[in-house]
Amino acid sequence: MSSSPDLAANVPAPSASLQAGLARSLLGLALRGAARLAKMLAVLLAIAIVNFLLIHLAPGDPATVLAGQSGAADPQFIAQLRHSFGLDRPLLVQLWLYLRHIAMLDLGTSYTQDRPVLGLILDRLPATLLLTGAAFAFALIAGIALGALAARRAGKATDTAVTILALAFYATPIFWVGLMLVLVFSVWLGWLPSFGMETVGAGYRGLDHWLDVGRYLILPALTLGLFYMAVYARLTRAAMVEVAGQDFIRTARAKGLTEGRILRRHILRNALLPVVTFAGIQAGQLIGGSVLVEAVFAWPGIGQLAFNALLARDYPVLLGVFLCTAAMVVVFNLATDLLYRLIDPRMAP
Amino acid sequence: MRTVLRAMARNRGALGGAIFLALVLALAAFAHVLFPQSPWDMAGAPFTPPGQDGFLLGTDSLGRDVAAGIAYGARVSLLIGAVSTLAALAIGVGLGALAGYAGGLIDDALMRVTEFFQTIPSFILAVVLVAIFSPSLASIVGAIAIVSWPPVARVVRAEFRTLRAREFVQAAEVQGRSRASIVCREILPNALPPIVVLASLMVASAILLESALSFLGLGDPNLMSWGFIIGAGRSVIQLAWWVSVFPGIAIFLTVLALNLLGEGLGEALDPRLRQGTRL
Repeated sequence: MSSSPDLAANVPAPSASLQAGLARSLLGLALRGAARLAKMLAVLLAIAIVNFLLIHLAPGDPATVLAGQSGAADPQFIAQLRHSFGLDRPLLVQLWLYLRHIAMLDLGTSYTQDRPVLGLILDRLPATLLLTGAAFAFALIAGIALGALAARRAGKATDTAVTILALAFYATPIFWVGLMLVLVFSVWLGWLPSFGMETVGAGYRGLDHWLDVGRYLILPALTLGLFYMAVYARLTRAAMVEVAGQDFIRTARAKGLTEGRILRRHILRNALLPVVTFAGIQAGQLIGGSVLVEAVFAWPGIGQLAFNALLARDYPVLLGVFLCTAAMVVVFNLATDLLYRLIDPRMAP
Repeated sequence: MRTVLRAMARNRGALGGAIFLALVLALAAFAHVLFPQSPWDMAGAPFTPPGQDGFLLGTDSLGRDVAAGIAYGARVSLLIGAVSTLAALAIGVGLGALAGYAGGLIDDALMRVTEFFQTIPSFILAVVLVAIFSPSLASIVGAIAIVSWPPVARVVRAEFRTLRAREFVQAAEVQGRSRASIVCREILPNALPPIVVLASLMVASAILLESALSFLGLGDPNLMSWGFIIGAGRSVIQLAWWVSVFPGIAIFLTVLALNLLGEGLGEALDPRLRQGTRL
């Protein structure tokens, strides 16, 4: 399919200056992308170095930390670790060897489960992503709705109620919220299951399976989401009150637009920008909160993996989870940054 | 100072928060008078419901008095909250002041470090730190300080940058005063209000963080703490709801009181903060 020359001739040729401008902005975008990528890699490198330092700062022999349980590991395995990580060589060589292991995605072996750490984490990642994704969606939607409600009725009883609610969830330990939800909805009312991710042995398939998982998801997702809902509600309210005081809102009102339209199209849209940005930055921290929630609900994700590793002092798993969650946060921040540039043209290069 | 106090007294939330905190402090100070027995000792029959046999808040699975646990736990929570906040302030003010005053390359480097610490999931880092250095008062305080200094550094740096360019600081420079004297006697006192506000909010988040750590079994094994009682009550929640409910309420009220106090302080010290949100 070759394009005919006369067809191409019909398209007006872009002027030289426009072409140059386009090339410059594309180049700028590429440079910015490369800079972001370099920064991301630097952060990942720094995280790996922190992990290395933790292994060496820990009291006792680094080899036993790498092996997991101190004293319980067999001497041959320890000797092999010592050799593979060069633990008798200078510290910088050790760092290099450690980074090489990480770069080849070798996060060590869990001594309790006798399996590579990376495999353990990847197995449990979907459950964590489901939980944090559901919690994030709930927190964002409910938080923005509550914040908008409070801003619309600023100074009235609804506003006070939302503010008090947000303050309360802001001050409540997340794991305790989980326990209280279990107490009320599982123990007292018996409506929802209190732990696990699906009915064991029920053998549901297809839609039934997902409905089953959904029932198990409600309490953990609520637990994790309520705190962030409070944060987003406060942010949305503050941003909306600020935007509502600006000149273009007075203009919109002078044009005779209805209050509902002004609220939705003019105030909310502009107020959402800081909320979405902040939410994106915080989304990574949700994974940290999921450790607690998964521990409370025995949700089979990487949080529970970390919790069990904690009880068994299985350090390779614990450090692996730390490395992976930190990497996820970095990737998520990059995604938010790019998304933000799409939403707000002023941020574009 | 007096106007600040007056503004605080007019703010009902901050006043209530301050009064409640005074009560918690009194509870912590007189725990050994109110409950002479160690909170770890068996005081009565296991699972005594609240109000029976003279146990106001009931007993747990080992017959330990929940009310005594809460009183002794108040000591731990307040102590760890205060000390780890002081440690975080020391790191944050030091680095922030250096970055803001020095500027240039030092500023760039320190801000990268700060950003890095804000990027990594702080709770998991705290868990890893306490687990690796084995749970103790020192490791918990250290871990909380390490994950909570970045906001302080940012605020202090911003304050230092603006204050450095002000006339009274330039005047001090022209007078030939030493750098240490300018930083400590001119800039720092003027940068204090936002630091004080931030500190009161940090005590609140430090208490939350400590309770989460001890809930996961990472508390100091020799200290009775609120998170530990909840963690111990978790497996028996069907039998004895009171073991996990009451310490949670204690955490909630204390943290709420600190947040209200912090916000009240913020408004009293800087009316512009009234619309502000915090991270």
